[in-house]
Amino acid sequence: MPRLSKRNPIDIAFSSITAIASISVILFIAGIFYVLITRSSLSIQRFGIIKFLISTDWDPVRESFGAATAIFGTVVTTTLSLMIAIPVAIGIAIFVTEVAPNFLKGPIGMAIELLAAIPSIIYGMWGLFTISPIMGNYIEPALQNSIGKLPLVGMLFQGTPMGIDLLTASIILSIMIIPFTASISRDSFNLTPAVVKESAYALGATKWEVVKDVVIPYSKLGVFGGIILSLGRALGETMAVAFVLGNNHRITTSLFDAAATITVTLANEFTEADTDIYLSSLFNLALVLFILSFITLAAAKLILLKSEKRHSR
Amino acid sequence: MKKILSTLIGMAMAIGAMGSAFAGDMINGAGATFPYPLYSAWAFAYEKETGIKLNYQSIGSGGGVRQVASRTVDFGASDDALKPEDIEKDKLLQWPQVIGGEVLAINIPGIKSEEMILDGETVGKIYLGVIKKWNDPAIKALNPNLNLSDQDITVVHRSDGSGTTAVFTHYLDEASPEWKSKVGSGKSVNWPVGIGAKGNEGVANYVKRLKNSIGYVEFVYAKQNHLAYTLLKNPAGNIVKPSLESFAEAGASGDYNPSKHFYTWITNTKGANAWPITAATNILVAKEKVDGNKRVVKFFDWTFSSASDAKAKELVYAPLSEALKKKVREYWKANGLY
Repeated sequence: MPRLSKRNPIDIAFSSITAIASISVILFIAGIFYVLITRSSLSIQRFGIIKFLISTDWDPVRESFGAATAIFGTVVTTTLSLMIAIPVAIGIAIFVTEVAPNFLKGPIGMAIELLAAIPSIIYGMWGLFTISPIMGNYIEPALQNSIGKLPLVGMLFQGTPMGIDLLTASIILSIMIIPFTASISRDSFNLTPAVVKESAYALGATKWEVVKDVVIPYSKLGVFGGIILSLGRALGETMAVAFVLGNNHRITTSLFDAAATITVTLANEFTEADTDIYLSSLFNLALVLFILSFITLAAAKLILLKSEKRHSR
Repeated sequence: MKKILSTLIGMAMAIGAMGSAFAGDMINGAGATFPYPLYSAWAFAYEKETGIKLNYQSIGSGGGVRQVASRTVDFGASDDALKPEDIEKDKLLQWPQVIGGEVLAINIPGIKSEEMILDGETVGKIYLGVIKKWNDPAIKALNPNLNLSDQDITVVHRSDGSGTTAVFTHYLDEASPEWKSKVGSGKSVNWPVGIGAKGNEGVANYVKRLKNSIGYVEFVYAKQNHLAYTLLKNPAGNIVKPSLESFAEAGASGDYNPSKHFYTWITNTKGANAWPITAATNILVAKEKVDGNKRVVKFFDWTFSSASDAKAKELVYAPLSEALKKKVREYWKANGLY
């Protein structure tokens, strides 16, 4: 109603405030991008974009930097944690919406949301002092003695298990992201119309069949959205993994080896980066992460849009 | 309404006045984490005595240098001394403040603190991954009386950039040519072996937990965590144990020269009983801020008193020798701050 808004100054003020708020988001992103590019220009000039991305060097003494090891760590921990978190989270969501008796639904839902509210530094400390000794002393030796003996797969479980490694970091990360996937999946499962479910039951479907053939297909978009949110969180998570990953710039084949992610490198090395090229390379790493998360989220959004279209047809 | 407004204005003015009073009686510093416990203990006592508040933020040596170079703090603190040319370039002044030592903490079943002896070359080989087992002939030769088992050594190092690492790798640089050519020294280096832990407390925690491990930590962390630590053979050929005395002797035998802004390393000094992995943590101020620096110097002059020395020793930091304190005071005088 353009005529009305012209007459009412409060309306004009209101709409311009909301517009400014939304536009400022874009400006902030552009600003961050600009700062990252200018601050990393020295490193980009020295090493070149491609060489920086594929070089496995990270040697502050000799001033030779490359992002490959940090990208490797980021990709491995993110993938592994999603692999652990997604089945568990969907299981939780199914339990809460379809299986659990009513008096359990509230408390469990609340517990999941509380899990999401725990600050990540607490996960980090808990990981270092509690999970990592348990992993190093019991779980990892057990893994090594069982599936570690298999050919090919066994390669993933080599080395001395110490609990400071990719596996521990991924497990802590997965616990952190479970609530996001779980609560969004739960909400979208709840959106399945009761009529559709009841019809399926009336046709003689079991609970498992209803979940598998009705609830999940109906809400897969929402579940996917939850996974994307978790993915974003896992890519950028810092403090929870900084304590248990070791910050070793190496590409390894074993999950029992220490590694480094982009965020862990930044957190560990930013304060003491003493040369210009070192600092600039850290900014360059941040830029890589920025672009990496941007591409991942944009691709996910695209898939979401496409399937939404197909869905509505 | 008027009444509320006037009280509000009154309060705001009072707060403003307090704020400006504080600004005058406040010294702002930032930098190294290693001396933080001592600086805050000193600051507490100094405020009680003089009413002047000292605000020290332990953001790390690199951050301290950057902040003082950009003139955002009254003083910066750095664990590794800046080279004279860097001091001149950023128009700073620098002096040593207090001395600390690092030890090699170990966790080997059956071996107690101050039982095992190591030397620089052997430590270098352990950190290079050349020596892989505790019963290696090189370790056995140094410890003929110890019962060493055929266990893999787990090497622990810092994962974050740190002055502690700079001192330790500098020590290895001097003691092992192989280390110097393959790795080098700095606040973070490309470690050939081992696992990284965040902070002194992280390294202490890993060593405590992992059997057959070795890690370098500030002496006080080894003590606090009841970790076993080794003795070291120093360049004079003597076997020394870490103590305030052996740290102080390293400081006293250091080559401190005011014309080089006290730039030197006190690892592997010539002192007969000097601990080889020692370092002085330094204070940096901006040269042109004479009035502000006078207040900073007043505080640090106060920390050279015997009461402050006692406080430092209590927290396991070795005070500077009287001769070195005299040199620092002359340096202040030469720059018109004292």
